[in-house]
Amino acid sequence: MMLRTVRFRDFDWFLLSLALGVAGVGVLQIYSTTMHSALAFQYKKQMYWVLAGCLLALLVSQLDHRAILGLAPWLYAGSVVGLVALLAAGHRGTGARRWLHVGGLTLQVSEMAKLVIIICVAAYFAERRDKSVSWKDLALLSFLVGLPAFLVALEPDLGTALTFVPIVGSGILLAGVRGRQVAVLCLVGALMLPVGWHFLRPYQRERLRSFAHPSDNVQGSGYQVTQSKIAIGAGGFWGKGIGNGTQSQLGFIPVSHADFILASFAEEQGFIGTLLVLLLYLGLILRLLDGAQLAGDRAGALLIVGLASVVFFQVAVNAGMMIGLIPTTGIPLPLMSQGGSSVLFTFLGLGLAIGVKMRRFVN
Amino acid sequence: MPSRLAEDQRFPSWKIAFLQYVVAATFLVLLGGYWRLQIGQHRRYEGQAERNRVRNLPVIAPRGRILDREGRVLVDNFPAFSVLLMRENAAGLVPTRVEAMARGLHLDPVEVQGLVERTAHLPGFQPILLKQAATLEDISFVESHRVEYPEMALIQVQQRFYLKHTVAASMLGYVGEVSEDALGKPGSKYHPGDVAGQSGIEREYDSVLAGEDGVRRVVVNSRGQEVGSETTIDAHPGNDLRLTIDLDLQMSAEMALGDRTGAVVALDPHTGEVLAMVSHPDFDPNDFAHRIDRQEWERLTKDPEKPLLNKATQSHVAPGSVFKIVTASAALETGTIRSDYTIQCPGSVTIYGHTFHDWVWEKHKGHGSVDLHRAIVQSCDVYFYTLGKLLGIDKLAYFAKHLGLGARTGVDLPAEDPGLVPSPEWAQKAFKRKWWAGETISVAIGQGAVAVTPIQLAFMIGGVASGGVFHRPHLVFRDQLMALGRDLSDNAVRSFPLSESTLAEVTRGMWGVVNEGGTGSSARVAGLDIAGKTGTAQVVSVDLKESENNSEFRNNAWFVGYAPSANPEIVVGVLVMHGEHSWVAAPVARDVIKAYFDKRLPQKVAPEPLPSQARVAPPLIPSPWR
Repeated sequence: MMLRTVRFRDFDWFLLSLALGVAGVGVLQIYSTTMHSALAFQYKKQMYWVLAGCLLALLVSQLDHRAILGLAPWLYAGSVVGLVALLAAGHRGTGARRWLHVGGLTLQVSEMAKLVIIICVAAYFAERRDKSVSWKDLALLSFLVGLPAFLVALEPDLGTALTFVPIVGSGILLAGVRGRQVAVLCLVGALMLPVGWHFLRPYQRERLRSFAHPSDNVQGSGYQVTQSKIAIGAGGFWGKGIGNGTQSQLGFIPVSHADFILASFAEEQGFIGTLLVLLLYLGLILRLLDGAQLAGDRAGALLIVGLASVVFFQVAVNAGMMIGLIPTTGIPLPLMSQGGSSVLFTFLGLGLAIGVKMRRFVN
Repeated sequence: MPSRLAEDQRFPSWKIAFLQYVVAATFLVLLGGYWRLQIGQHRRYEGQAERNRVRNLPVIAPRGRILDREGRVLVDNFPAFSVLLMRENAAGLVPTRVEAMARGLHLDPVEVQGLVERTAHLPGFQPILLKQAATLEDISFVESHRVEYPEMALIQVQQRFYLKHTVAASMLGYVGEVSEDALGKPGSKYHPGDVAGQSGIEREYDSVLAGEDGVRRVVVNSRGQEVGSETTIDAHPGNDLRLTIDLDLQMSAEMALGDRTGAVVALDPHTGEVLAMVSHPDFDPNDFAHRIDRQEWERLTKDPEKPLLNKATQSHVAPGSVFKIVTASAALETGTIRSDYTIQCPGSVTIYGHTFHDWVWEKHKGHGSVDLHRAIVQSCDVYFYTLGKLLGIDKLAYFAKHLGLGARTGVDLPAEDPGLVPSPEWAQKAFKRKWWAGETISVAIGQGAVAVTPIQLAFMIGGVASGGVFHRPHLVFRDQLMALGRDLSDNAVRSFPLSESTLAEVTRGMWGVVNEGGTGSSARVAGLDIAGKTGTAQVVSVDLKESENNSEFRNNAWFVGYAPSANPEIVVGVLVMHGEHSWVAAPVARDVIKAYFDKRLPQKVAPEPLPSQARVAPPLIPSPWR
């Protein structure tokens, strides 16, 4: 395979600008909510991660995605080993085992696994010429994706584990799933619910209960959603301005710089700010999907759609849970929430997607 | 440039387009959700955010102090802490939380839960008082559980302090938390947990003494810690109240009555100023300054001697022979008799077919030949029975009412008893029966249904001795009341002039009671011009009689004395309940009058030569309350 140089003229600067716009808003909001706290340095760290992510995206866009797809089995094996190692060696004391310490940096392995799953699903369907997905495909994929998803859920990080679902979903949609299969999958999913409930941790069950009856437990887990709704509603049309959101500044919103960043942003920047951010995300996702339409090969299209579906899923779930439409799960807002791994791997994915688009005539 | 990728190798474009529509639709839903919250329900959430952030802590205004006529402090305040429940900062007051807080504050969880439920209907911004007079332990519990129970708050309050403890207790009254009944009244200005006067001066002048509480708006974080304060509405302290009471005289009166049940009232008949007012048995109002414990409350309310009752203004007892001054005045003023009207007293008399005994009957002797003067001095019942028959009830009742009986004196204390002057109309109204002729005879010597209070009797004698000028008794100086904008329009001075001859005859009689070997001889003090009238009245109060299980029948002893005998400066009414005879009451009045002149005119009263030991004796008024 020939690796031709691609020119930066073909690089999707618009897509990167949209991503940078969202990330910039995120840095600003992290600054606003943490400036009077012990986390006041976090916005700088986030800025470095964003810059690193951009550079990485530019670099990765130069690689041929098909070469990366070839590495899929190795990446998959590496991820599973990493997740198992994390579970085995992680700090049991802190309750959650999500981070791998590499040098001075801490990496969230599940964020990496997410990107790997996108690549694996793309690799799985890339070489298939069938117009439809077979039952065997479904079973195999369920197992392949289910294993790391289970490991991630054990960390426990149910939110990230759930993000694997839209990747597979969009993959089989493109590959040609039949109505009957969708029905069976839904049925199996429904049957799995009680089993899943059994495996949920007490706090996760509590979240689901309080989602069903928010007023029952206002002080407990329902508290978070109640406070985030108050923050968003109090923001009004124009917002209270940077640093003036009392709900975030006085600590009523939990982790207002991470998972609940949109609530504190909505409080300080109002509906106008929320509109801007949601439009940026909408633009980003639609632009990605446009790229998938133009992709030169199935593998490229699958890569882009996988990424787009993950970003979409996370934005929709996160923004929905802020206003009580969806139960609380630990799903960060991609590019905006504070967190290096999430930013880094999202930019990596974007780099891959841009690379696919740049290479659409090259094949 | 045609793609080298075969058409069948590409995914159908509708699939991706479908995904795009799904994305766009989802975003529309999300935007709708944010629109609803940020624009539709903005007001509501804005208010909730404000209530999250701001705590309205009451700033309690100190109550005004209560001073005696010389400015000596009788009632003051001292700083203390109260624990409040800020319900708008409380996410959910579930019973387990309430119970945990109650236990931490050493309160009964059931009571606190009841309090929370009873106050649930009140607006959330109104704090609920959990505990008054918080101990150091309570304070540290609140401080160390800010994170768990951010709804608890501490405020500094001013707690009432009665410096002299039991002295003048029932007159001063006490303060307490406003009852839930009073809170429920329409137009009530009180909030739950507010402290207000419950009796006595504290209640009568609550609006003067009570300040206006302020509000401190503080900003708190999600852990309930104060991170700043916004506006503050200052508290306006209540006004000090200067009473006409003279602490020295009050102490003398307290000592003079001692531990006997009864009351002492000292008035200045020139002005109506109350100089002392004692009611025994008493209580310590400090016990009420914070929530009184149940046992103490039961003891005070179940005691047959009714310590909480101000016997100077609220007892309802027969005046006995003191009433003879009314009968004598009526007889002289109406011209029914002249002062030289004389009868023979054999110790009893039969009128309307009923034999009435004189109080000396038990000794099997009469008073012999008595004129009006001797009748007053010796308190001859037969003489006044006869006057009663001559006068009739209408004239007696007319004079009794115009001399100040049968109606409230109007003293500035709550729930004064009006007393009772019986009449045929009263009999008809109260019992739907005719007046019995024999009743008139009993009323003439102050028995039967006629009832008074000690302050009424002192008011009556003071007015009669002043020639028929009645100054309404009061405990707060008129000029201070006027300065405070109190309405004083109604008549504080009433006149019912008695003729010179009547006045002379009656006052001469009362002087004789004390100074001519009369029934009030024990009130005599060399160098002091004391006059007065004794009384011994049968106990009419049914419940008091029943509570006394002893077979011995005991009377109420009265003495109302004044000095000087002409144009008196002070009149002292004394009631000793269950005292066998009036001579137990007379020395009490004597001591008070003596103390008054000892202080007022030290040089006028020539000090009698005392034994050398007595000269170095400690001051007259010891302070057992220190």
